Amino acid sequence: MLQLILFNVFNGLIVGAFYALMALGLSLIVNLSGVINFAHGGFLALGAYLAYSLMPLVGFWGALVVAPLLTAGLGILIERVLIRRVYGRDPLYSLLLTFGLAYILEDVARYIWGPQSLPYPIPGVLTRPLSTQFFFLTGYRLFMVALVALVVAGLFVVLGRTRLGMRIRAGTMDLETVSALGVNVRVLRNLNFGLGIYLAGLAGVLAAGLLGLQPTIGTSLIMPSFVAIIVGGLGSLPGTLLGGLLIGVASGLATVFMPSASEAIIYVMMGLVLLLRPRGLLGEEGRLK
Amino acid sequence: MIPARVAAIGLLWLVLLTMPFWINAIGGYTELASRVVVMGLGAMALNFLLGYTGTLSFGHAAYFGLGAYGVGMTLKYLVPSTALGMLIGVLVGTLAAALIGALIVRLRGVYFAMVTIAFGQVFYFISFRWNRVTGGDDGLTGWRRLPLELGALRLDIQASDVAFYYLVLGCFAASVAAMALLLRSPFGRTLLAIRENERRARFLGIAVERHLWLAFVISCAFASLAGTLYALLNNFTDPRALRWDMSGNFVIMAVLGGMRSFWGPLLGAAVFVVLQDYVSSHTENWMSVVGLIFVLVVLFFPRGLLGLLRARNSA
Repeated sequence: MLQLILFNVFNGLIVGAFYALMALGLSLIVNLSGVINFAHGGFLALGAYLAYSLMPLVGFWGALVVAPLLTAGLGILIERVLIRRVYGRDPLYSLLLTFGLAYILEDVARYIWGPQSLPYPIPGVLTRPLSTQFFFLTGYRLFMVALVALVVAGLFVVLGRTRLGMRIRAGTMDLETVSALGVNVRVLRNLNFGLGIYLAGLAGVLAAGLLGLQPTIGTSLIMPSFVAIIVGGLGSLPGTLLGGLLIGVASGLATVFMPSASEAIIYVMMGLVLLLRPRGLLGEEGRLK
Repeated sequence: MIPARVAAIGLLWLVLLTMPFWINAIGGYTELASRVVVMGLGAMALNFLLGYTGTLSFGHAAYFGLGAYGVGMTLKYLVPSTALGMLIGVLVGTLAAALIGALIVRLRGVYFAMVTIAFGQVFYFISFRWNRVTGGDDGLTGWRRLPLELGALRLDIQASDVAFYYLVLGCFAASVAAMALLLRSPFGRTLLAIRENERRARFLGIAVERHLWLAFVISCAFASLAGTLYALLNNFTDPRALRWDMSGNFVIMAVLGGMRSFWGPLLGAAVFVVLQDYVSSHTENWMSVVGLIFVLVVLFFPRGLLGLLRARNSA
């Protein structure tokens, strides 16, 4: 029993790490630009498929580095051509635009790589179980958790210590003033969008190794990411991280005791948070608008 | 100006009332006509909230789907009565909206939209997972709509698609009349005041949250009515009726037609449903086409078809 619980908590932690990666990217974009990027899941899938196609050329490790960067590049391009046009308009339009993009990205993936699920090979070093008693601790799972932790730490360093990060944080508070101080806000939002999409692409590559590839891989991860943002607190990145991990573990635990509720439980958590603490666990007061 | 408007509405009703008689001649079919009216009702229900309070719900499919499952499960498990099934469907959808609405009325803008999307998924997962009762991914089958009997009056909606169309149209007319009356009442005017300037409305002593909650519940009640009709139309319902893409479809219908006009969403629904019917029977890549419609509407027709007409008239 203890082993089963440990297994599912650990599994939940991994799933939560995915949610957190997705949700951090979404949070970055919504905080600075007010756009809920519904196409985030589409970018995630694209990252995964790009890695799949690149792997024969550059190998597993090469794909892990290159695919998210390519995805981010595409994100930057799409922001310039399309998403930029809806900044400052009713949020309705950004939602509809990215909703349409999500449809198109999923269809493109289906068209190029086919609707069937594809296996994503991972190197032998990472697939061996590390312990017979805790059989679920494969190298790949540990590697994933470590990498996500590293990337998230890197993200917080970038946001906290670099000029770009400082501007992003300042822009989240008051974009107009940042603009008046001479920062090119268009470039700032563009780079920030790319940063968010990079995280989605990376989550895609990692998810491919765990779940295999399907065109719908992104759509199944985006809803929990919304929940992670709301549970963690609107406008707070540490909150988003916490929210992602929490709902991951919660749905892992639910798998032990009531498997059919493993998806619904995160929405119950969201309802509770909204009831007891509408701004979310680490959310700032007055950011509900 | 007024006669033109009256003439337009008269023409609209003439088209709706005669649709079963000419739709086959132009390449459609009676079920398509019913679907246009059902989706039109769904989109107008959404627009009751979106257009008149400015609050964006991206989760209306949940209530639409609850209506659908409500009527289907009543007919399958409880009583063989179409009317009672519809009543239960609408009650279930409205009750869920009342509970969830109470949790979310304090949120605004993008966050309101995000929370409505997320809550919509709860019901999707329940219908998807609760295999034994809902049929899971395969949908709820093994039931049919039954003839309506009101005393001596008998409307055989089971055998006749045309009779069913007129049932749908009757429900549509009653709902639309109710919404129009509500919007003209002091309640409706208050909603407009909140849309235009929430802070000012609050300073005037208007209970903003209570009004938004009520508008949300009313809107969802009509959406669940549309859902019951949708299930009856197909003699079937599945989890896709309450998934997020259905919510998105309602929003795009409202925007495509023109969300600042009362009838716009019906026009948007007609265009969208017919286009979707045509595209999905001609290409496998219908998702790209639908996605492209979303993108083009946002970039080029943000005020919708009726908004475009109106701008041309006033120019």
